[in-house]
Amino acid sequence: MNYLRSMFQLRRLVLLAILLASWEFASRFILDKTQATLLPPPSGVLKGAMELSSSGELWKHVLDSLRREFIAFCYASVAIPLGITMGCFKWLNEQVDPIIEILRPIPPIAWIPLSILWFGVGNVQNQFIIFLGIFFPILLNTIDAVKNVEPSLIRAARCLGAGDWSVITRVILRAALPQITTGIRIGLGVGWMALVAAELVGANSGLGFLINDARTVLRTDFILTGMLAIGLIGLCLDRIIRYSAKTLMPWARSLNS
Amino acid sequence: MLALKVEKVKKIYPSLTSKGQEVLALDDVSLEVNKNEFYSILGHSGCGKTTLLNLIAGFEVPTSGRIECAGKLVTGPGADRSMVFQDYALFPWLTVYDNIAFGLKIKGMGSSEIDQVVTRFAALVGLSQFTGHYPHQLSGGMRQRVSIARALVVDPTVLLMDEPFAALDAQNRGMMQAEMIRILNEESKTVVLVTHSIEEAIILSDVIVVMTRRPGRVKQIIRVPEPRKMVEDTPAYLEIRRHIRDLIAGEHDVSETI
Repeated sequence: MNYLRSMFQLRRLVLLAILLASWEFASRFILDKTQATLLPPPSGVLKGAMELSSSGELWKHVLDSLRREFIAFCYASVAIPLGITMGCFKWLNEQVDPIIEILRPIPPIAWIPLSILWFGVGNVQNQFIIFLGIFFPILLNTIDAVKNVEPSLIRAARCLGAGDWSVITRVILRAALPQITTGIRIGLGVGWMALVAAELVGANSGLGFLINDARTVLRTDFILTGMLAIGLIGLCLDRIIRYSAKTLMPWARSLNS
Repeated sequence: MLALKVEKVKKIYPSLTSKGQEVLALDDVSLEVNKNEFYSILGHSGCGKTTLLNLIAGFEVPTSGRIECAGKLVTGPGADRSMVFQDYALFPWLTVYDNIAFGLKIKGMGSSEIDQVVTRFAALVGLSQFTGHYPHQLSGGMRQRVSIARALVVDPTVLLMDEPFAALDAQNRGMMQAEMIRILNEESKTVVLVTHSIEEAIILSDVIVVMTRRPGRVKQIIRVPEPRKMVEDTPAYLEIRRHIRDLIAGEHDVSETI
């Protein structure tokens, strides 16, 4: 039964396999030599990927990028307490909200020129850009989550003797957690995209740097390998958070749908 | 002995629009609730009965008048007046056990003592087998049992119930009312229940408080002759039901003609 089911799952990959096969075919037999350099066949990309990973270069760049994403995430997680206080206290929300509304529509990438002038090329500048990408989705989702907490849950806690602090830690924070997690998931996605953009122009390492550097020596197989790594890692981050949220919060309906 | 005293309570809601009229929800409501008796507040929807319960719970503040619980002025919500809600209001991230234990943890009770109390009350509401379940895994009736146990463990002076069985289907409602009688026989409690069901009020109460409609006032206070022993369709039951029905129907006519 399980075997049959996994066979059925494989059916979803038919189109992908056909596309890869025709790409391989086109690149080998239809394109001329110059064109084939610009679009190497999948087998060529695989060879490039092997080369990059066996030399350890790929992993160095992956680690650098992940480390930046992680550090930026640590800074950006101040959005959680900030969002909760903003959701709980109207006057604070009134003051901070206009600032956020102005800053939010500016894409993180638009900060790159200024941030290079501020921080120079390197880790700090990259982390700053990623921070901006992660911060706002977490903040907005947290504020929204706190506002959407069932009022009857807060009343229930109060009539069981809970004070303000208990209501915040035992009820509001817990009730808001699923949506905060959604904010983290979106934030890490946006941050990952911003990271690559930041590394394209302002870094000496990382996946963004890798693909831009490969361009200067016309290693299109390396470029495609880097792009693939960016995509796969982005996917993995998303899945890991989704999976752990589901396991840790089995009660959250929004996560299970 | 008085558990709860409501004295000349008035509640006015400000108008929602600038030109609109203020709404007088409750006017001059006075009520004395004896210890270990079951009071039902009965009336049309919109008669302010839920407002009255929210005032007693301390979720809202009366415009004038005062409410005392065991001689202490009510100024806000507290565990001496725990509530059972119509929509159960269980914490979905906590198991049945932890939902019931919530008020005890707030109190700062030790975990072995919590364990004893929770085990006893889970058994009282018939949920001993389900303490590890989450609320979303339970039926409506079972959720309401959890909610009742959660409100009872803190040993409130008055247990408040806001249409607790209204969301259940007829069969479950009857079963939960019988359960409630059984629970009160084991665990005598002062209860104030808000309901719009005359039958529910007769089956459960010592005293039925019939409210007028807009503004809400106390129309009549009725003592049930044989509390929690009333058998349906007996002359005594039909008599009291007809009496209350007439009181409430009269209310309806008054408001229609105005």
